[in-house]
Amino acid sequence: MATQSITINVNGEARTAEVEDRLLLVHFIRDNSGLTGTHIGCDTTHCGACTVLLDGTAVKSCTVFAIQANGREVTTIEGMEGEALHPLQEGFMEEHGLQCGFCTPGMIMSSKHLLDKNPTPSEEEIRWGISGNLCRCTGYQNIVKAVQYASNKLQETTIEGGE
Amino acid sequence: MSKCKTSAEVGGMGHSIKRKEDPRFIRGQGNYVDDVVRPGMVFMDLVRSPYAHAKIKSINTEKALAHPGVAAVITGETLKEYNLHMMPTLMSDTQMVLPIDKVCYQAQEVAAVVATDRYSAADGVELVEVEYEPLPVVVDPHKATDPDAPIIRDDKEGQDSNHIFHWEAGDRSGTDEIFENADVTVKEDIYLPRIHVASIETCGCVSEFDSVTGQLTVWMTTQAPHAIRTVLALVAGHVGLQEDKIRIISPDIGGGFGGKVPVYPGYVIAIAASVVTGLPIKWIEDRRENLQADSFARDYHMECEIAADKDGTLNGLRIKTLADHGYADAAANPSKFPAGMFSICTGSYDFKNAFVEVDGVYTNKPPGGIAYRCSFRVTEAVHAIERMVDMVADEIGMDAADIRMNNFIPKDAFPYKSPMGWEYDSGDYHGALKLAKDKIGYDELLKEQAEKREKGELMGIGISSFTEVVGAGPSKDFDILGIKMFDSSEIRIHPTGKVIARFGTKSQGQGHETTYAQIIAEELGIPYTDISVEEGDTDTAPYGLGTYASRSTPTAGAAAAMACRKIKDKAQKIASHLLEVAEEDVEWEVGKFSVKGVPDKSVTIQDIAFAAYTNHPQGLEAGLEATHYYDPPNMTYPFGSYIAVVDIDSGTGEVKVRRFVAVDDCGNIINPMIVEGQIHGGLTQGLAPALFEEISYDDEGNITGGSFMEYLVPTAVETPHWETDKTVTPSPHHPLGAKGVGESPTVGAPPAIANAVVDALSHLGVRHLDIPITPEKVWRAIHKQDAA
Repeated sequence: MATQSITINVNGEARTAEVEDRLLLVHFIRDNSGLTGTHIGCDTTHCGACTVLLDGTAVKSCTVFAIQANGREVTTIEGMEGEALHPLQEGFMEEHGLQCGFCTPGMIMSSKHLLDKNPTPSEEEIRWGISGNLCRCTGYQNIVKAVQYASNKLQETTIEGGE
Repeated sequence: MSKCKTSAEVGGMGHSIKRKEDPRFIRGQGNYVDDVVRPGMVFMDLVRSPYAHAKIKSINTEKALAHPGVAAVITGETLKEYNLHMMPTLMSDTQMVLPIDKVCYQAQEVAAVVATDRYSAADGVELVEVEYEPLPVVVDPHKATDPDAPIIRDDKEGQDSNHIFHWEAGDRSGTDEIFENADVTVKEDIYLPRIHVASIETCGCVSEFDSVTGQLTVWMTTQAPHAIRTVLALVAGHVGLQEDKIRIISPDIGGGFGGKVPVYPGYVIAIAASVVTGLPIKWIEDRRENLQADSFARDYHMECEIAADKDGTLNGLRIKTLADHGYADAAANPSKFPAGMFSICTGSYDFKNAFVEVDGVYTNKPPGGIAYRCSFRVTEAVHAIERMVDMVADEIGMDAADIRMNNFIPKDAFPYKSPMGWEYDSGDYHGALKLAKDKIGYDELLKEQAEKREKGELMGIGISSFTEVVGAGPSKDFDILGIKMFDSSEIRIHPTGKVIARFGTKSQGQGHETTYAQIIAEELGIPYTDISVEEGDTDTAPYGLGTYASRSTPTAGAAAAMACRKIKDKAQKIASHLLEVAEEDVEWEVGKFSVKGVPDKSVTIQDIAFAAYTNHPQGLEAGLEATHYYDPPNMTYPFGSYIAVVDIDSGTGEVKVRRFVAVDDCGNIINPMIVEGQIHGGLTQGLAPALFEEISYDDEGNITGGSFMEYLVPTAVETPHWETDKTVTPSPHHPLGAKGVGESPTVGAPPAIANAVVDALSHLGVRHLDIPITPEKVWRAIHKQDAA
């Protein structure tokens, strides 16, 4: 199996490895980089548990080859917390937007992509925005509230920052 | 519960405190089985059968073994050397771990490849050459016992048909008599199809064996780690695995819903492979394997009949059921009844008499079943009764709410003994339905529906007033392979007043680290932030039967309360010593003992904990801890009334759930936020089988719903906004008055939705539709009527 050396910037840290062409990005993240917050729920792009940001766009990392991410920037759940929790992380906790926690990292990353594009989504837009992510525990209602919480908090921060 | 006994800082029952689990999950710091890495770990992948029934003529492993990275290929012959090729099921049937000479369902495990990484293991699977000779298949359970049906279990001595069991409950002749004299009888065949829990985390394990010490450690996606340990010791004792050297660790679990109760062949093969090779082995199934081979739920074909008076009084119920168990009776059923809780089928109604019989059969499908977020077979029972009550109402032209109100077991009749022998602990069914009607605006909806019908628009209202039976269970009737269904709590208070509490259950998202801490906070007045809860490690946790059947609060939650009360008894002795008064002269209020009549003279539970290690009275053992194994005196019976409103597009047959009001009563509530979250999730897992989910097979036994392309788990878009409310009717026998809640909505929601759809189409002559009610089924129902 052909291999090549690639470098992916994961959460701001350059990670270089000699990988098989067929290696999936999710395995590069989990196995090569040891970042196990990104989960695998289906291998077939349906469940969204493996969602990460690739150059700021949400992708399902089970359907992206690691070599496709060569030279690019990947953000995973581990890269969401800065000096404080990201408002989405806070929102999921405050609004009880998670139960078993398995879909949560992917949900948070999809929601990040949504809020980056649309900072004040309606409930329907949130539901469509996370429709590529399956959750079996919460019935989605509190996830919607978590995204609304984050949207509100980010708006407040923006307004305060602008003053 | 209107008022909390404890302050928000203490965080006892009734407080919606934020979950202690969440800080790790929102950071991606959970520790699930696939996150476990061991030194020198290798990977296992499985060869699976493309046929539903076939002879295995040969298995050639040469090419696979020649592949770089492949370390071993394990077949049934390998396991047979150790007598591990067969295993018992939880229902004392048997099933193959790996086959020797034939396969009995599609996707059955045929061989295992062990390799240095996941990719090489998958390569090896492709290179294993298996020669099959297809055999005739049994797919339709109705034909399973035909004289010319091929015998699937010809490996079992004396098994000369595909019949597994006949079981009956209730009074056959008494019920028949009611039917002979009935004003009105209604009959319908109701089928609940095969479905799959599809937890977002699939199943898997990491197995590590130390050949020098004989220690086996298995990180495993299991809801019942202790039961697994004992079963493993019983099954593999002959190869030197002893129970004291087996450690099962169930770390964070990504959803269970019953699917992680059974022992799947993959676990056993991985364990055997780690023992044989001496290497730590990781096996994680992919989604298709999970859907296609792991245990299913339902698959119940029910012939239901109700006998009633002209005024709608329900008198008799008869149900004859055919249960398709697949290749083996591998049910995760914690009762002594082959059909689990199915005989709860008289539901919330005061029937005079009832009779059910169930026949289980083998077919060429994966073995099972499991509960899918309920007590085993209670969803089947509730669906049958709630659909049938609507049919009686339709038959005599009565309102669906009125017929329920007129037949509910009255509040003052509890504890109520059902004709099937269940003793319902408490209930207020009228109260729940009245609240649901008021909340949704039932009378206005009826008017709206009438107006819409005039205009040719399709709108339906559906009610389900269910009674659950959870918390398995009293040891006289409930066990798994003879191990009684108690559960346990071990609580230790450290000198500084901080607590470690361990339990025999295992959360898969239920939030036990939070709610158990709240129970202890309630009982001892110690802040929940000072209480650590651990589960899932058989080396440290007290023995218990695990988490399913909404049993954690009814059993282990009760055990925690009882253990706290033992601690309080000892604390009282220490308090009287510290306060220098007689034991009977001190009294408890939240978090402290004080001298009766002198409230200023008191010692806190923290003072007492310190004294238990530094200044305990002579004659009393040091330390402050207790363990309790709780054997519940009865099941608990949560209940509720749900009302769904649907709109149907007559052009496409698409059903939209416009509103859904859920009134639940789970007795006293530990954490309202968590209860509501569980209800949202349970409702969504009720919506799913009602409208979307089905695992089906073609005539050759090929699965036709084996990936997320066909198996439609609802997304946020199909899921409505749930409107929840509650009544509170405490359980009289549970030490906290609690009942358990996580599964009620999965049980109660499907018939509410089905009833609403049928109601929308009733004026077109539609009386029943089997779930999942797909757009195609609705379209056909509408247009067949048009054609007629």
